Amino acid sequence: MLDDSAITVLVADDTDTDRLILEAIVRKEGHNVISVRDGREAVEEFEKCRPDIVLLDALMPELDGFEAAKQIKALAGEELIPIIFLTSLTDTPSLVKCLEAGGDDFLSKPYNRVILQAKIRAFYRMRTMNRTMLEQRDQIARHNEHFLQEQTVAKQVFDNITSGGNLNSSCLRYFMSPLAVFNGDVMVAASTPAGNLMVLLGDFTGHGLPAAIGAMPLATTFYGMVGKGYSMSDILAEINGKLKSILPVGLFCCATMVDVNFRKNTVRVWNGGLPAAYIYRLGGSIEQVKSNHLPLGILATKDFKADAALFQLHEGERLYLWSDGIHESRNSDGEMFGEERILAAFARNESRQCMFDELLAKVKGFVGEGEKSDDVSLIEILMAPSDIKPIGPTSSAHEPSRLAEWSLLFEVKPSSFAIFDPLPMLLSVLLEVPGLRNHSGTLYTVLSELYSNALEHGVLQLDSTMKADPQGFDRYYQLRKSRTEEVKEGYIRITLAHQTFAEGGCLQVTVEDSGPGFDVDRLKPEVSNDYSGRGLTLVESLCDSLEYHKPGNRVCATYRWRMDD
Amino acid sequence: MSSSQLIDHDALAALREVMDEDFIQLIETFVSDSHAKINTMQRALAAGQSDELRRAAHSLKGSSSNIGASGLMNTCRQIEERAAASELRGLEHLLVDLQSEFSQVKQQLEIYC
Repeated sequence: MLDDSAITVLVADDTDTDRLILEAIVRKEGHNVISVRDGREAVEEFEKCRPDIVLLDALMPELDGFEAAKQIKALAGEELIPIIFLTSLTDTPSLVKCLEAGGDDFLSKPYNRVILQAKIRAFYRMRTMNRTMLEQRDQIARHNEHFLQEQTVAKQVFDNITSGGNLNSSCLRYFMSPLAVFNGDVMVAASTPAGNLMVLLGDFTGHGLPAAIGAMPLATTFYGMVGKGYSMSDILAEINGKLKSILPVGLFCCATMVDVNFRKNTVRVWNGGLPAAYIYRLGGSIEQVKSNHLPLGILATKDFKADAALFQLHEGERLYLWSDGIHESRNSDGEMFGEERILAAFARNESRQCMFDELLAKVKGFVGEGEKSDDVSLIEILMAPSDIKPIGPTSSAHEPSRLAEWSLLFEVKPSSFAIFDPLPMLLSVLLEVPGLRNHSGTLYTVLSELYSNALEHGVLQLDSTMKADPQGFDRYYQLRKSRTEEVKEGYIRITLAHQTFAEGGCLQVTVEDSGPGFDVDRLKPEVSNDYSGRGLTLVESLCDSLEYHKPGNRVCATYRWRMDD
Repeated sequence: MSSSQLIDHDALAALREVMDEDFIQLIETFVSDSHAKINTMQRALAAGQSDELRRAAHSLKGSSSNIGASGLMNTCRQIEERAAASELRGLEHLLVDLQSEFSQVKQQLEIYC
């Protein structure tokens, strides 16, 4: 920053007396003086020396002060060069002429030392301030440019990640602002191997890059899991867990996720924190699917509930999802669009095909022409014969690597009973079957019940009736522990056999143990109490059939499943 | 016109403080400058060049005010105004007044040299 002593003042006056006095006053204050006799010299010296302040006599030979001022201001560009007119002109038109030529102030004769010095200081301060402002403006411009560049890159990265999706189904229409990701809104959609459409609309708290960062794991998890056939609840739980572990407290994602089954004409909707989704019924009525969960990224995995509501949608019925952008769009008076206007838009809808456009137009009309409606995100899902090709049985029958029918036998030996749980391994084999992933929960239950029965009652010969009272329960598990460690002989053989059909498959789970078996006939409903605690009723309810083979050490469960279950 | 009105001695004292050693040069410059301006005015009046006359009167008006010669300044203003209005008739009298006032101011200024 320049200090006062370095101020350079250009003095232009054709009257020698006046010029001498000016030079003396300016120099007396410690400033540098450049002195000239006419306007032309003034312009030349200005170009050469770039003084900080110019004192110009109005009436000068060659080039008068007015014209010199214009040229100097033009040369200065956006830099502030204060020009003070030295004048004994007092008539208003002359003073106006000085101002119009670019003059910033006047100094009248006789020159007053105190006033001139005050003016020089004041204008120099103004010039310094102006220079600082210009520097900061340029700095802000550079920062902004940098910021926009970062946004562009971030958006490209985001688009690359989200481009794996299936966003061009005729059943799906959506409007997202081009920079939606930076408003915190994110939309992902993809088809499942079974041909269902899964859509997730999310609204991250906050704006800008922090919101975009949360969108990345959300999108990758969504596309990765939808493509592999995971169920909606598994996907939601996974996304919730990821966001919970990644995002700082206070940053979370309000979201609605939908699983559309076009063959069964059903939709599952999970709403965590977004405004109610609307189902637009054929009769014209609206059914709202309100949020009944916390947003994603708040609850720990064990507390997270991914249970979705199931709705039947007839062909032609539509489902609308939105973030709060539409509800909170404001007009010039600051009034919000609100739910009532949305409902009114539906009530006034004449053609169902146009509802989407009508609603958007209503919002835009409300906000006003030319105003940004950047925060608006709208999705419409139409229940119609699907144009999404399932990647399931029909199309993937051509895949050479696909197993149509297979079986495997897995035997657990005595030394492994205490230290090895075969269930995760077996389950992961089963989950490799396309479409069977959706059944992982059921399969786990079936496998674990059958395996623990074989181990506890078959190999270890524990009596399930022991578990009837609390002391017995404790005793039962102590025995289980000690016998598992001591067991020297025996086996459990698990056979998994699977057949793939066009619409699904059939899995047979056979578990055989080395124990002596039990009286299969006593497993009749009226006497089944003896075998309480063996979970057989549960397994039976989950499977299509459950058969025991005498002498009761071999059980076979049959589980038929369909792609779109 | 009394001598006390010819020159504002307070103003001149202040000027001497600002100018330091250049003060004498300033006085000399003013005197020669004013001579030249008065000559220019006389020539312009004789030739009927009101604009030239106005400029010179304006210039002398300014420097007279700076030097504290308010009487001289007032006469210059009258000449300047009449020249601006192109009313040159009878201006000879004002120029004569100007000439004599200047002679007195010059005498006063010599005290400072």
